[in-house]
Amino acid sequence: MTPAFLQSLTGAVLALEVPYWVSSAIKLGLVALVIPTAALMLGYVFLLKMMSFMQSRLGPMEAGPYGSLQLLADGVKFLQKEDIFPEKADRTVFALAPLVVLISTFLIYVVIPAGPDAVVAQLDVGIFYALAVSSLSVVGILMAGWASANKYALMGGLRAAGQLIAYELPLVLAVMGVVIQAGTLDLQKIVTAQAHGEIFGWGGIGNPFILTQFVGFFIFLVAVQAELTQPPFDMPVAESEIVGGYQVEYTGFRFLFFFMGEFGTAFAFAALAAVMFLGGWALPWGDLTHWGFNIAGPVILLIKTLAVATLIFWFRFTYPRLREDQLQRLAWKFLIPLSLVNIVVTGIFKVAL
Amino acid sequence: MNTADVHQRRQMDYVASQAADARLNLEIETEGMTLNIGPQHPATHGTLRLVARLDGEQVVEAEPIMGYMHRGYEKLTEVRTYPQVTTLINRIDWLGSFANEVPFILAAEKLMEIEAPPRAMWIRTVLFELSRIANISLFLGDMAVQLGALTPVFMAFRDREFVLNQIEAVTGGRFHPNFDRIGGIKDDLPKGWINDTKAVMGRIRDFCDEFEELVLGNEIFQARCRGIGIIPPAMGLSYGLSGANIRASGVDWDLRRDGNEALAYNQVDWKVWTHPDGDSFARYWVRLQETREATYIVEQLLDGLPAGPIMAKVPRIIKVPAGEAYSSTENPLGEMSYYIVSQGDLVPFRVKIRSASFSNMSITPWLLKGVFVPDIVTILASLYFILGDIDR
Repeated sequence: MTPAFLQSLTGAVLALEVPYWVSSAIKLGLVALVIPTAALMLGYVFLLKMMSFMQSRLGPMEAGPYGSLQLLADGVKFLQKEDIFPEKADRTVFALAPLVVLISTFLIYVVIPAGPDAVVAQLDVGIFYALAVSSLSVVGILMAGWASANKYALMGGLRAAGQLIAYELPLVLAVMGVVIQAGTLDLQKIVTAQAHGEIFGWGGIGNPFILTQFVGFFIFLVAVQAELTQPPFDMPVAESEIVGGYQVEYTGFRFLFFFMGEFGTAFAFAALAAVMFLGGWALPWGDLTHWGFNIAGPVILLIKTLAVATLIFWFRFTYPRLREDQLQRLAWKFLIPLSLVNIVVTGIFKVAL
Repeated sequence: MNTADVHQRRQMDYVASQAADARLNLEIETEGMTLNIGPQHPATHGTLRLVARLDGEQVVEAEPIMGYMHRGYEKLTEVRTYPQVTTLINRIDWLGSFANEVPFILAAEKLMEIEAPPRAMWIRTVLFELSRIANISLFLGDMAVQLGALTPVFMAFRDREFVLNQIEAVTGGRFHPNFDRIGGIKDDLPKGWINDTKAVMGRIRDFCDEFEELVLGNEIFQARCRGIGIIPPAMGLSYGLSGANIRASGVDWDLRRDGNEALAYNQVDWKVWTHPDGDSFARYWVRLQETREATYIVEQLLDGLPAGPIMAKVPRIIKVPAGEAYSSTENPLGEMSYYIVSQGDLVPFRVKIRSASFSNMSITPWLLKGVFVPDIVTILASLYFILGDIDR
């Protein structure tokens, strides 16, 4: 295929006049496809392979090349399992809870840009929207914890609620530095601001905000880790204390929904971090409006996302779990003051330079 | 942390738990919750059941309920001949099986007035220490996994495998050797075993160094363990704690050194490790040092292994003369004792087994008062019990 052909093809696709509802349906279908793909990819690369490597285990090898079909096999296993409702559970809420978690994940993907035109919805308040919908998952988790009619689930749900609310704040404040530097909430414009930016007058590699906002990046990663309820912040699901927390009564496909929600959200947050701190789909060289970025962009974004995800999962596999009060102390006494200082310093530099 | 601090903290905990108790009785407050931890729960590694009354996440009172794994070993020994008993008691503390056999055999030898030849005693001691390493190295990983770090437990399993291989090379059994005999041991060491074992001991020391950095050096691990589950020495002694649990409270007491059994510990140069703090961190620290110390003990024993027979003159059919004998050793989990009453039959008349975990667990109602739910797991893991050792 020649570039000219590709250009005409993408041009044709983009210029295609379709009714609004059809294009919306296509885009939503694409996003719906991306979530399980992303979750499976992270699950395979990190959970099955990297974790096994770090823990001197072999990991799956038999199902497909290098065991790559193991997760599909696991998915089929989940499908075959009995769908159990606890006797005293609130059936409607119990059934809805995993969907709410998954929908929250789904809604984040809508605004993540993967190319100059490859974005489902370009919102002026993109980053604000992404962080807002990501916290919807706490509703689903509370629903799951309450509706299971199980003491462990209730404790897990309440722990999750306390934790997610506490870490929402550093998450938002960490992003503020990026927003100040880029001067916009629009994720697409944040990407271009990084590609065209300069660090103290030197624009050789643009200005990926990780270089100037490294404190923000650190706080963002820690807060994301807590939002994902992964070690060292996995008290809501602590399997050695409260045996899985809010997931304890879920079986089969509903449990798989939680699993996909967790890994899908991990991917979404890693992608957000890649967009905000690593330059997103863009490279600092070349014309950002070039059609080729619609094809190269997703690949570049994927590589950067996996780099961030490596960090996230590395923490996950190495650290023990904090206690609930220690977690709150870390959030309120360390991360939030630090992010406030970061905002002030960023503001001073922004005004002074 | 000195004793005054410990007492102050206990008093504060007591006040807090009393306050929690009072809150439970107020009608405007929410009701407390009774949480049933176990018998199927990952933190109880087995079938321990813990009924905890909670106020929010704080424990008002907790009571361990044992017996879900009671297999009646004391009664079963009364219908087994003496050589058959070792097969049973192997299963008491299933991670350090060989160590279970030794005190029983020693007690039976006392009754029969037989003394095992020196070589047998030394090999017994070597295997005893190997089973200690096999047992405690798993604790080192398990404690981390209870606190949420998954990786160390796999490393523990990886390096424990080498010790199990050495035990298997001598006894033929990885978990349940059943190797100790009245009057000696079953077989001599295989060829080349001594050098292999020394190499494995070096590996275990590397493992200990690794864990000292990976687990003990971790800030989160320290934050979770320091000051949690403090046992003052007097309290520990009054509950009959033994082993690393009491040594972590600063009590310098080790039956390997202070006991009067004829094992070869007095022939080698080694140290009893104690820690003044008495908290969960101290218990982990003491066990880690003991594992490393055990490798030195094994190496020294292998260097000075005396030649000679491995079996004393023992009648073909073992009939133990009437009488009573008591023998206790420092097992991986703590003090383990057997009290044998014989009436001159092929089988013992009565065997009383004093297992370490049963006494170590008895302190939990006192220790868990006023702690938070995550600390239950820390404390249970650091007390280190094995269900077979509790219920027998």
